[in-house]
Amino acid sequence: MNAASLGPILEFSRRVVPTLTVILLIFLAQLPVPLPFFPDVAPALPLMAIYYWVVFRPDLMPRMLVFALGLIQDALIGAPFGLTALIFLLVYAFVMSQRRFVVGKPFWIFWAGFAIVTPVAAIVTWILVSVLRGSVMPTDAVLMGMMLTVVTFPVIAWALLYSQRWLVGSAQPS
Amino acid sequence: MAKRNVSISVAGLALPIRVWGQRFAFLGLMALAFALMLLSKAETGALERARTAIVDAAIPVLDVMSRPVEAGKSSAQSVTSFFVVRAENERLRTENERLLRWMLMAQQLEVENATLRAQLDFVSEITPRSIAARVVADPGGSFFHSLLINAGARNFVRRGQAVVSSGGLVGRIAEVGERSARVLLLTDLNSRIPAIVESTGDRVIATGNNTPWPELTYLPPNSPVSPGDRVLTSGHGGVFPPGLAIGFVAEASDSRVTVQPAVSLTDVNDARILDYGVNGILPAPEEVPTRLAQPAPPISQANNDKAGATVPMEGVR
Repeated sequence: MNAASLGPILEFSRRVVPTLTVILLIFLAQLPVPLPFFPDVAPALPLMAIYYWVVFRPDLMPRMLVFALGLIQDALIGAPFGLTALIFLLVYAFVMSQRRFVVGKPFWIFWAGFAIVTPVAAIVTWILVSVLRGSVMPTDAVLMGMMLTVVTFPVIAWALLYSQRWLVGSAQPS
Repeated sequence: MAKRNVSISVAGLALPIRVWGQRFAFLGLMALAFALMLLSKAETGALERARTAIVDAAIPVLDVMSRPVEAGKSSAQSVTSFFVVRAENERLRTENERLLRWMLMAQQLEVENATLRAQLDFVSEITPRSIAARVVADPGGSFFHSLLINAGARNFVRRGQAVVSSGGLVGRIAEVGERSARVLLLTDLNSRIPAIVESTGDRVIATGNNTPWPELTYLPPNSPVSPGDRVLTSGHGGVFPPGLAIGFVAEASDSRVTVQPAVSLTDVNDARILDYGVNGILPAPEEVPTRLAQPAPPISQANNDKAGATVPMEGVR
């Protein structure tokens, strides 16, 4: 088998890396961490990957995919189907409309963008869950979780950056 | 010329159509997400099957991924226990002596109990089958409190069964896949457990409120409940067997009484699923593994004709 025939396979595997990173982070977020109260305030890892890939490679993170990944997350966390899918879609729409302010800028701007996206996503989730479950959800854990998500973002972003450099490439869509 | 005009107009139309198409696709997906959420609320069977199918597909991966976490945890524990091994040994020695005395007493009581029961023609409580499972996922977030375990319908796990871990109740089975199941924790908003306060005998409902401390509702107004009182399942409603430890009263004020769960719910590795058959949802006899299909203890055999007698609550109080 020569290199030319491997080309399409390599290209395909490159294109699925972003999807796989999101799925990996969805799974990682499910692992039982034996710290008191941690599950309540666990950072929203999949949201970080969605944000990252929609900013840098929106061509590899189309909205149908974002929607489907949200459904997987919903199934695993036991949320009503469509809840996380909706949140991911909102993040997608928000980031797509604003990404020109982030792409090619220093990291702190990219981080600041995420610090805007996270509270919006958390508040919309809080409202939707409160309505769906017919009860006002506790707010302190949501606030803590939000802060933890923003603070731990650079770690995940760094890992995603390396996965992009080595495996995906930085070809910007037109 | 005419041909060129046509091509220009088609190109001119194509772009706005594409833009509108994209917008509609986006709105369509949003609408679909909303529709799914409302349908989920109605608990349709198809959506639940889809959910359990996804969980079933993910469970082998989660099972593998959770093992290093567990290994890390146990090695961390062994490192810490290394430093306290002497003190721990001393403590265990004292405890062992104490427990041996208890064991002797328990043996005497067991004999006495058996004699008295035989005299009373007492129908013994159903001995539960228990299914062991490993907790492979603890979905984070403060909105939904559940665990995923690596046992499902093929291990005879059924919806509604009580799940216990060392020391007490964890929750109940809410969804069952082929090889996985979801445990609704007793802290979840949807959790309602008929309970009894051991010291006062008050019947209450342990109501999950999405905080780590469930509340006791329907408590009589002047109940002398105080912090530290044990709260057990009462067995009412037929979902939970009586006498399982739920926890201890953590805070008792006029407005609310909260419970500290007996089990540390963020640190559950192994779960046991109890099947008392209280729902009448038992597998057909030929499906029951032979080890589990052992006959009940001799006392109940002797009194099998006394069926219909109720399990007395006094034992729990």
